[in-house]
This record gives sequence, C-alpha cells and structure tokens, in this order.
Amino acid sequence: MAEILDLIPQFIADVADKPVFYLLALVIIASALMVVTLKNIFHCALFLILTLFMVAGIYILLHAEFLAAVQVLIYVGAVSVLMIFAIMLTTRLASKKIVQTNEQATVAGLVALAFLVASQLACWKTTWMITDEVSLPENNIMTLGKLLMTDFVLPFEVVSILLLAALIGAVVLARREGS
Amino acid sequence: MGHYVALAGVLFAIGIFGVLTRRNAIGILMSLELMFNAANINFVAFNKYILTSSGTLTGQIFAIFIVVVAAAEAVVGLAIVLLIYRNWKGIDVDRINVMKW
Repeated sequence: MAEILDLIPQFIADVADKPVFYLLALVIIASALMVVTLKNIFHCALFLILTLFMVAGIYILLHAEFLAAVQVLIYVGAVSVLMIFAIMLTTRLASKKIVQTNEQATVAGLVALAFLVASQLACWKTTWMITDEVSLPENNIMTLGKLLMTDFVLPFEVVSILLLAALIGAVVLARREGS
Repeated sequence: MGHYVALAGVLFAIGIFGVLTRRNAIGILMSLELMFNAANINFVAFNKYILTSSGTLTGQIFAIFIVVVAAAEAVVGLAIVLLIYRNWKGIDVDRINVMKW
C-alpha cells in the first residue's frame, strides 16, 4: 500500500510532464467505457469514433504519422460508417428498453478486472530495456513505403488477396437468395 | 514507454468486458475494434522505444497489417450480422444458438 502511495507524486509529475498524452488517454478510456456500457447502440458507435480518433492522436505522439492517417481514413472513415450502416439496418433505435447486456456482467467484470490488474502489474514492474528513444527516420512515410515494397512485399500481396476475399465473401453473404 | 503499454492494457480490458457482456452482435464487433486498437498502440510504442535488429519501422508495418485485417474482419462480420438479422429478425447473440448442439 505504501508503495502505491509513494508512486502518487511521481504520477503527478508525469501528468505535468506529458499533458497531451494524459489528456488523450483520459478521453480514450472514458469514451471506451461509454462504448461498452451505454444502452443505446448508436451512441456507442459515436463514442467508438471518438475513441478511434484519439488513438490516432496517440500515433502522432509516437511519430507514426502515416499510421495516424490510416487510422482516421480506415477506422474513423470506413469501419465506423459500416458499423452505423449495420446499426441502422438492424436494430430499432427508438426502443431504449432493449437490454443490451447479458447476465454475465459480474463475471465479465471480474475477468476484465483480473486482466487489468495483471497487465498493469506486469507493465509497471517491468524495467523496460529502453536504449534512449529510437531515432526514427526523419521521413517516416518514405521509409515505410520502401519497406512495404521490398522487405514486406509478400505479406503486402497476401493482405491484398485477403481484402479481395473479404470483399467477395461479404457480397456473397449479404446477397439475397435467388437474386 | 510504460505509459503507452499501460493505456493499451486498460483499453484491452475494457474491450474484454464489452465482448463478454454485450448481447448485440454489433456491440461485440465494436468492442473487438477496441481490442485491436489496444494491440496496435502497443506495437507502435514498442516500435518507437525499443530498437530491433530488423530495421526501425517493423512495428508500424505490423500495425498497418493489423488495421487492414481488422477492416476485413469488420466487413465480413457485419455481412454475417445482416444475414442473421434477415433470418432471425434480431441480432441478439443469446438467441442464435442453432450451432450449439
């Protein structure tokens, strides 16, 4: 217990040191909680968009500008719109009386809490082998493109085939019988 | 470094809670996206702070592939959800148990 209390001043110093990160982290955690607890599934989707947008901010903090752009385009742009489409096509939004959670809430909460405690313990007890900050290449995107077209060209092609398969699979699944 | 991994852990735990408690199939898919993002934050953080022998951007490449696979998963998942809705008139996963026995 005293050990944890000792950490508090250090934590406050950390917050003062990295205000942007802590602001982003706060919004991410708060809106992620909204995503899993709110009753209206449409509001959940809107909070999911907020969460994904803030994760893009985290990527920018980590000097992954291309990934931040990908996150905004694919997640905030495409996946969220897809989710909202699916919600519009399936659930009746007006009826807020529909219970969105099942009766496993207590057990699920315990499992999630156990994972949370385990991961946080593992995270804060580990001494990370940080060799200073890795000096990422100045022009990140150019290096990424070169890597994708040279060292990682095989996974790149496999992923393109996967996308094609997903596209065809979705069309086949969602098509009405007999049309 | 530790801060980013801690944030990813919290986000993943929230995702686990969502997957386990949601009754709506779309809600489960949304919680899955949260967990994907938690993994991605870890990849990018490790990429920035820990030098590997195989180049400086491997973690980001991995994260890009995860984003693509997550998008494919969301597309197929939502197509299945639409199909289930058409056949069962609802996407309550408690009721969809024909493959259970």
